[in-house]
Amino acid sequence: MNVSRHLPVMNRAEVVEGVCVSIKSDRDIIIARQKGKELAASLGFSSTDLTLIATAISELSRNIVLYAKTGEIAMKPIRQGERKGITVVARDEGPGIPDVSRALQDGFSTSRSLGLGLPGVRRLMDAFEVVSEVNHGTTVTVKKWTLPRWD
Amino acid sequence: MRKRGLTLAHVSTSPSTHELLRELVAHLQQNRTLLRQEWARRITEAKLLTAMSTDEIFAEATAVYDNYVEALESGTFEALQAYARNLSERIIPRGVETHEVIGIVLLLRDVLARSLFEKYQNNFALLNRILDAYEPAVNRISNTVAVGFVQERERVIREQQEAIRVLSTPVLQVRERLLILPIIGVIDPQRARQLTEQLLRGIRTNRAKVVVIDITGVPVMDASVANHLVQTVEATRLLGATVIITGLSPEIAQTLVTIGVDLGKMNTVGDLQGGIEEAERLLGYKVVSLGDNSRAVIGG
Amino acid sequence: MQVPILKQGPYLIASIQSALSDEDLVQLRDALVTQVGKLRSRGVIVDVTVLDVMDSFATRTLRDIAFMIRLRGAEMVIVGIQPEVAFALVRLGLKLEGVATALDLEEGILYLNRKMNGSGKEMRDRGR
Repeated sequence: MNVSRHLPVMNRAEVVEGVCVSIKSDRDIIIARQKGKELAASLGFSSTDLTLIATAISELSRNIVLYAKTGEIAMKPIRQGERKGITVVARDEGPGIPDVSRALQDGFSTSRSLGLGLPGVRRLMDAFEVVSEVNHGTTVTVKKWTLPRWD
Repeated sequence: MRKRGLTLAHVSTSPSTHELLRELVAHLQQNRTLLRQEWARRITEAKLLTAMSTDEIFAEATAVYDNYVEALESGTFEALQAYARNLSERIIPRGVETHEVIGIVLLLRDVLARSLFEKYQNNFALLNRILDAYEPAVNRISNTVAVGFVQERERVIREQQEAIRVLSTPVLQVRERLLILPIIGVIDPQRARQLTEQLLRGIRTNRAKVVVIDITGVPVMDASVANHLVQTVEATRLLGATVIITGLSPEIAQTLVTIGVDLGKMNTVGDLQGGIEEAERLLGYKVVSLGDNSRAVIGG
Repeated sequence: MQVPILKQGPYLIASIQSALSDEDLVQLRDALVTQVGKLRSRGVIVDVTVLDVMDSFATRTLRDIAFMIRLRGAEMVIVGIQPEVAFALVRLGLKLEGVATALDLEEGILYLNRKMNGSGKEMRDRGR
């Protein structure tokens, strides 16, 4: 899992069979998590996992609205051998996170009014990575895998 | 010059090795009957494939032998892989185990090697070169068959486990509004997740108000599963139910304390019976002792 | 999206019908606090059966509602949290501490009844 490092040029991701939702207001949060849920459902995730994924997307989208005002959520399917999964990339060009390692500590939970809830999001998903640079923006990438299917 | 560690592909680029392989294949085809019988005999002698009859063993031995020779001759493995999968699908339900398949594959290798020793015993140099061609090829073949079997077996086991998981209902409703979740054995995080899901759904379906989670049968619990238990308790509370934990061993209590759990806040009772009684009390049941160690439970 | 708030005896029941945006949640909060004051309700039930996702904002707002309602001398109980949602909340680390929860509407009403009967003294002491 990576902590703060210098952001390379941000490519507009080529989303293959995926969905991209532009985040501009709190209403987009609902759209993003609904689309995420649909995509994850099509990949065969259990209903519990669907809720975890939708909740993570909700948290990440909300961070964009609160701190960067605008950004995007890109979701697409991924494969690892026989396993299927989903990756969600929350990207913004907002103020960035000055101290990423601190933001990832558990003390900074979402129960505080200031706080990105990143440790919580990490607990919801299987893989988590955040890249942020002050005044340039933040990109959070999370992944979740389905249980192996043997058909 | 020994050419060790060559794959079959490399072997085929060298003309002399190619010829050697052809000679090898010819030898195997000429002695097909003899070698198959020898192999089948040794399989039975080593008490392998006991789940199958002698005729069946010979029939499978024939098929494997012919596929072996085919792979040696063509240098391609698709047919062999397909056969290995097919064979595995047939013999796994018969109870054939991994060590048996590896055993027979190694025996065939031995039987063929011995027959080569016998044929070329008067020409040590030629024997060496034949073995140079034979060994990497036959090792690759043996590997293909064994691995094919193991993969198929693993696949079957996982399917069975999944089926059991899906069918099993570890959550028991013993009284109205009271659920018991007895956990036995060492649980891995995946199983823990599944138990939680089944428990939470069970609470909703049965409208349970009290849940007794019995971990008497859990010998050890690592921090991540302990964490999971705590999360399960918290999630249960969100559904408006109370959790009583029974059978908490001193070791597991220690693990919980280590991960920061306030045991004082958890509702724990020594054993399952006590836990059920406490649950009944919480639910407002009156328990009347009838003597002779029997009791009647009234109301609720 | 307005959340319908129904009066049932001394209680108010807010029955959420669909996913709520942040703005909707804030509106719900204000509406409940106002109604409790106007109608002198003793209890509020927020039914979240329909919600398939509850995130940190929803949780925080519900806690705020419970807190503000308690300041007005009433009790709040959240009912209908779905099993998957409960699991996600707990994984996220949101504890909903200090807020009562019950399985469904029926249990929620029973809870409030018990609270009212058993805590008459409490409510007097809170000095409404």
